[in-house]
Amino acid sequence: MINSSLKTLAQMLANKEISSVELTQTFLNRIDAYNPEINAYISLDHDRTLAQAKAADVRIAAGNATALTGIPIAQKDIFCAQGWKTTCGSKMLENFIAPYDAHVITQFDHAGAVNLGKTNMDEFAMGSSNETSYFGGVKNPWDFSRVPGGSSGGSAAAVAARLCAAATGTDTGGSIRQPASLCGFTGLKPTYGVVSRYGMIAFASSLDQAGPMAKSAEDCALMMNVMAGFDERDSTSLNREKEDYTRDLNKPLQGLRVGLPKEFFDIGIDPSTKDPIEKAIQKYQELGAELIEISLPHSSLSIPVYYVLAPAEASSNLSRYDGVRYGHRASEYTDLMDMYCKSRAEGFGAEVKRRILIGTYVLSAGYYDAYYLKAQQIRRLIAQDFEEAFKKCDVIMGPTAPSTAFKAGQKADDPVAMYLEDLYTIAVNLAGLPGMSVPAGFATSADGKPLPVGLQIIGNYFDEARMLNVAHQYQQVTDWHAQAPTLDKPEGSA
Amino acid sequence: MEWEVVIGLETHTQLRTNTKIFSGASTTYGAEPNTQACEVSIALPGVLPVLNKEAVNCAIKFGLAVNAEIAPRSVFARKNYFYPDLPKGYQISQYELPVVGKGAVTIQVPAVGKNAAYEKVINITRAHLEEDAGKSVHGAVEGMSGIDLNRAGTPLLEIVTEPDMRSAAEAVAYAKKLHELVQWIGICDGNMQEGSFRCDVNVSVRPKGTEKLGTRREIKNLNSFKFMQQAIEYETRWQIETLEDGGTIQQATVLFNPDTGETRAMRSKEEANDYRYFPDPDLLPLEITEADKTRVQAQMPELPEAMKLRFETQFGLTSYDAASLTASRELAQYFVETVDAGAEAKPAANWVMGAISAKLNAEEKSLAESPVSSVSLASLLKRIADNTISNNAAKQVFEAMWNGEGEVDAIIDAKGLKQVSDTGAIEAIIDEVLAANAAMVEEFKAGKEKAFNALVGQAMKASKGKANPAQVNEVLKKKLGA
Repeated sequence: MINSSLKTLAQMLANKEISSVELTQTFLNRIDAYNPEINAYISLDHDRTLAQAKAADVRIAAGNATALTGIPIAQKDIFCAQGWKTTCGSKMLENFIAPYDAHVITQFDHAGAVNLGKTNMDEFAMGSSNETSYFGGVKNPWDFSRVPGGSSGGSAAAVAARLCAAATGTDTGGSIRQPASLCGFTGLKPTYGVVSRYGMIAFASSLDQAGPMAKSAEDCALMMNVMAGFDERDSTSLNREKEDYTRDLNKPLQGLRVGLPKEFFDIGIDPSTKDPIEKAIQKYQELGAELIEISLPHSSLSIPVYYVLAPAEASSNLSRYDGVRYGHRASEYTDLMDMYCKSRAEGFGAEVKRRILIGTYVLSAGYYDAYYLKAQQIRRLIAQDFEEAFKKCDVIMGPTAPSTAFKAGQKADDPVAMYLEDLYTIAVNLAGLPGMSVPAGFATSADGKPLPVGLQIIGNYFDEARMLNVAHQYQQVTDWHAQAPTLDKPEGSA
Repeated sequence: MEWEVVIGLETHTQLRTNTKIFSGASTTYGAEPNTQACEVSIALPGVLPVLNKEAVNCAIKFGLAVNAEIAPRSVFARKNYFYPDLPKGYQISQYELPVVGKGAVTIQVPAVGKNAAYEKVINITRAHLEEDAGKSVHGAVEGMSGIDLNRAGTPLLEIVTEPDMRSAAEAVAYAKKLHELVQWIGICDGNMQEGSFRCDVNVSVRPKGTEKLGTRREIKNLNSFKFMQQAIEYETRWQIETLEDGGTIQQATVLFNPDTGETRAMRSKEEANDYRYFPDPDLLPLEITEADKTRVQAQMPELPEAMKLRFETQFGLTSYDAASLTASRELAQYFVETVDAGAEAKPAANWVMGAISAKLNAEEKSLAESPVSSVSLASLLKRIADNTISNNAAKQVFEAMWNGEGEVDAIIDAKGLKQVSDTGAIEAIIDEVLAANAAMVEEFKAGKEKAFNALVGQAMKASKGKANPAQVNEVLKKKLGA
């Protein structure tokens, strides 16, 4: 049951083979057993969760269930959920109980989904290993000595370890796709503006986008049906007609033009990763796809551009955490300035501070033109690269991450090495395009453990349904996505 | 050395919208602290701004009123600084691309001493939309400062002039003109006590005849015209004295203390923030089309300049009278209503600017509070025009109307002020007067012109002031064969 697809679970619920309360309790039991070790969740509230499950059962009995009614979903702790502690992985918000619901939370509530808990994440979504979380690192379910990726590391571990039926994540530079790759499941970052950012705690507003993290493309499509849609409370939300993201899942891929950016296969890619990716692409050929070499000439500039723009926005977005109205306030201070300084010095971790400093610097008088403006110009060039590429192909494929999951602590003290984790994902955010990571096989680690490798699929604007189709068809002829890690029995269990 | 003062103004006008500029919270003034602060107002994690279209309409109206360029595309930017009453740690404002570009207003600078009144064009540099901050509240809780975020997010239009003013009088005339204009077009309630209209004044001095601008100091948050006048005069003197004493002026922000009448530096340029402006990624650029402008244009009232010209041509008023009547929209409206109700324009203008304005001033009332409505004033003026009452009697009637003693005709009847215009009755009175004042008649006939006026006076007295003076003159002349 824990491995069942969302569709199967919905059928079981509809057929009364299981109740939402039972299903939810099953996951809660697994969480109680494994979470102390894996640390995927920051906040759990069994009573609140089970109350939602009970309500879902009533709704199912009344015959007005949706595709996700009664399904237990893990929510990244970046989404404000009324009555839930919403920490964003930071000491700054350690005791912040959200008084309102994010749009995404409201959408799941309306669908009758069950909120299983709030998942761990890098502090304010800044990180690629989940190691910047104030609430501790998260273990990769495939190898507990390794990181799950980040920033949506808690959601990633929860999906991979089957501590939820599906989860939400957010992706500013790869925070859905990179952990999906490192933990071996399917994750989708939609086109910027497709999912409302209202109530999603901002890191870099022009890049942040929420999306599903789930066991398959089909599950992601069902999640998208709930998450996507216009919201007038987000000025960057796009007013488009509601889509059914499952509509194209079963289309054949004959004639699909797959663009392969030569830059993605030249630089930085680990041979152990390259091999499964090439095999996956071969599989697509077998499915009828045509391979086309393309070029994204400015992609090498993605990381420097990103590390100007994202910190610039972040430095401003995080100014509200000043200890005045909510959040952490230093216990002792001499005056207003001292209160600001101490509260922020104590409330933020090192990576967040680093980015606030970078952002403040690049926006400063005298530096703005050289950094921020220049970066915006290159951002446009990066988007144009994709525009050109999509004249020649329907989707772009390549690796999601340069390597498989790395050891905890391995890159924690080397920010640049950590930043390079997002080498292949960041350009997609800069261009505002949709991107996915799909399990494409395993590489074997030095200590002999299988580690998942993710294939990245990049689509044109609003092409999510097609990308899901592309991923789904692959998942019909492979079973990488269906593989789950064997978890060691938790200590003390029989 | 003769010095010249150079003044530019930045005015924050609070826009009259029901809700805040980026949220649905109410903007009503004076509510209990923090009762009008929604999740956006207090900047909870995850909230986002959504632009209030009504605030944009206000900006367009202003642009149209000062004949300015209205930007087809303008951009909201974040002005970053920390302050407890600034909940996001940044203010959403407009920086490089403001909604309103260059425009102009014409001011009337009143006569002072031997200097005659004159007109002057003041150029508007720009006007941009932004949100107001909250307020710090001191003393409500012992030993602590409170924050009231009711005002946070209230829409403001910041209107910036070129450094075009050359005296405190010009600056005040501009501020008054702007104050009236924003109320005239209905975008601001103009309430200076409540902070709806706040002026920052940039003052510098330079030797007369030189081009280069001196270093300016900015006087912050002046909320009365009187204080503005005093502050500029003090600041100008201070700067000139400082320079004449061999000192230099440091760029600074200063506050005016109404108790001492002095300005005092609040912070110097060195302490000034680097606001790290950048385009707000949460808001799309603001696009205003020609159709938007046309739509707003249709909602615009006739502007004071146009109305002034119309009063001159349509009613034959002098430029001065027309300007006075269009100094405020309610005054102009009252005048127009009086004329529409049947009064002649010139007497209506005289009465509105004379008796009505004097009464309102004396009792510190607004026109809306006038006990004599425009229609009532018109009925009074009609009774003068149709010779029912004399001008003198009209003053008594007006006084009674002001005191709520009733409508015009009832008061005329009650007080017996109806003018006698019956020739027979007037002849009878004059016969009596001539008979009783034979000596005066002799004097007149002997050539003393003054005696005639004395006889008129006697006749008016005999009629208890009710005789029509013109008729008395006429009949008397006839009888005396003059």
